[in-house]
Amino acid sequence: MELTKEEQSALNGEKGDILQTAYRILVATGEATNAEKLIPVNWAHLSGVNYNTIGDSGEEFLRTISQEAKVKVKTTVNPMGFDFDHISEFDHIDDDFIQKQKSIRNSYIRMGVEATFSCTPYDIFDLPEKNSQVSFAESNAAIFANSLGGLKTNKESAFSALASAITGKSPYSDLRKDDITSPMTIRMKMDNPNELDFGMLGFFAGKIGDTSVNISGVSQPNRRSCKALCGGMGTSGTCAKFQFVETEDEKSEKIDFGKEEMDEIYDELNTTEKGDLITLGSPQLGLEELSDLSKMLKGKSFQKRCLIFCSRAVQEQARSLDFTNEIEKAGGEILSDCCTCLTPLINTNETDAVTTNSIKGAYYLKNSTRVDVNLKPLSKIIEDETK
Amino acid sequence: MSKIIVQGVAQGKVLKTTNPINFLGAVDKKTGVVHDKKYDIFEKSIKDIILVFPYGIGSSVGAYTIYSLKSNHSAPIAMICKKADLTVASGCALANIPMIIVSNEEFDTIQDGNEITIDTKSEKIFN
Repeated sequence: MELTKEEQSALNGEKGDILQTAYRILVATGEATNAEKLIPVNWAHLSGVNYNTIGDSGEEFLRTISQEAKVKVKTTVNPMGFDFDHISEFDHIDDDFIQKQKSIRNSYIRMGVEATFSCTPYDIFDLPEKNSQVSFAESNAAIFANSLGGLKTNKESAFSALASAITGKSPYSDLRKDDITSPMTIRMKMDNPNELDFGMLGFFAGKIGDTSVNISGVSQPNRRSCKALCGGMGTSGTCAKFQFVETEDEKSEKIDFGKEEMDEIYDELNTTEKGDLITLGSPQLGLEELSDLSKMLKGKSFQKRCLIFCSRAVQEQARSLDFTNEIEKAGGEILSDCCTCLTPLINTNETDAVTTNSIKGAYYLKNSTRVDVNLKPLSKIIEDETK
Repeated sequence: MSKIIVQGVAQGKVLKTTNPINFLGAVDKKTGVVHDKKYDIFEKSIKDIILVFPYGIGSSVGAYTIYSLKSNHSAPIAMICKKADLTVASGCALANIPMIIVSNEEFDTIQDGNEITIDTKSEKIFN
């Protein structure tokens, strides 16, 4: 990889330890993605905020570097473990977790990030102009940016995005170039797919796709389904981009996604027929989804606890537009700054099984939180779980 | 050795899997034990071995898992992949774990359980 004199001197440690580490990460990831140089980015989105995911060593690392490191470009951050405003409603969260989570939050704020605590930055901000180079670590956000947002990013890691935030640069990898082609087309064979089906399509595509895939047989999915597709895809593989195509490229390899493929994923992630808690929001819900939910819940009431995750910015908008009233009347608990994935709000002492419509959520509930999962589309959740 | 991602020398026993690894979802960051049943190395520890696997998948936070493994003295001493991904590359870069990419043929010749040495300076793997 070709570095400028300035970049080389930072890599050699002439501009301090922090920049040296940041450039070491950029060079390693540049080598990994066949980049020939570094280019400027104008927005970084960081993962690695939840104490449950980064642990003591992550907390200590951030505390140390935040004494000196400052972000150089607009930087947003992923969800934390919980919502500080509602922590008293979950009495099993221990004090050590709360203190460590506070420390992580403070370290990021000290570095100058915008305190979004959201996995859906695309739901909060207007996106920059088309073809802008950004550096998004959260996998669903990177896939959304590349596939639906008109932006360009690698499927960054927590550290490569942090290095981008601190230097304002990222490797010029294949995904950032204009002529990227998709050697594979996935043919959607299911009629009238709901968001759960789209999540499974994403999970399937992520498993078999390399960097980018085409998807045919899909017509204008709504935002809920698009986000489910991005979330599912980001969970299972390395694929960082999809494009909906109407005509199939003759040269590309074609793979069908039909009932058999879908059943296989359903059986992998659905481990029980009944949950004792419901979660909605992985990725966090946007304004449109909260508006929909509010309409669907009118006059209904949940028969068990239902946690609804959205970003704080979206929650504030939803409150001012009064989308939250019906949801809360139905017993839904709206939480911000956290999401289904790896939140300590859900643990095996309190919960045996969770009902959700999120494939991404299901994967981490099953493998990290280690509870059973009952997968259903939102319409079915409301039909079965409310009165 | 077709590409060096993180330089270094390592000597140890190979633990090889044919499964791509989601570090955040599948590996205990304190002990290094794989706890996802879908993996052919389920319940094995990746501590102090040379981990040979196709590539990393899934969450971008997996890079922190690799860094935590190192801080908790439960990390592999080197990693060998067929394909480089950003999560494993950046995690190894920060944790200073040697990491190399090998061709499919070379990948197939590495045997689980063998003692090997990798040296990025001489760009060789010794059996």
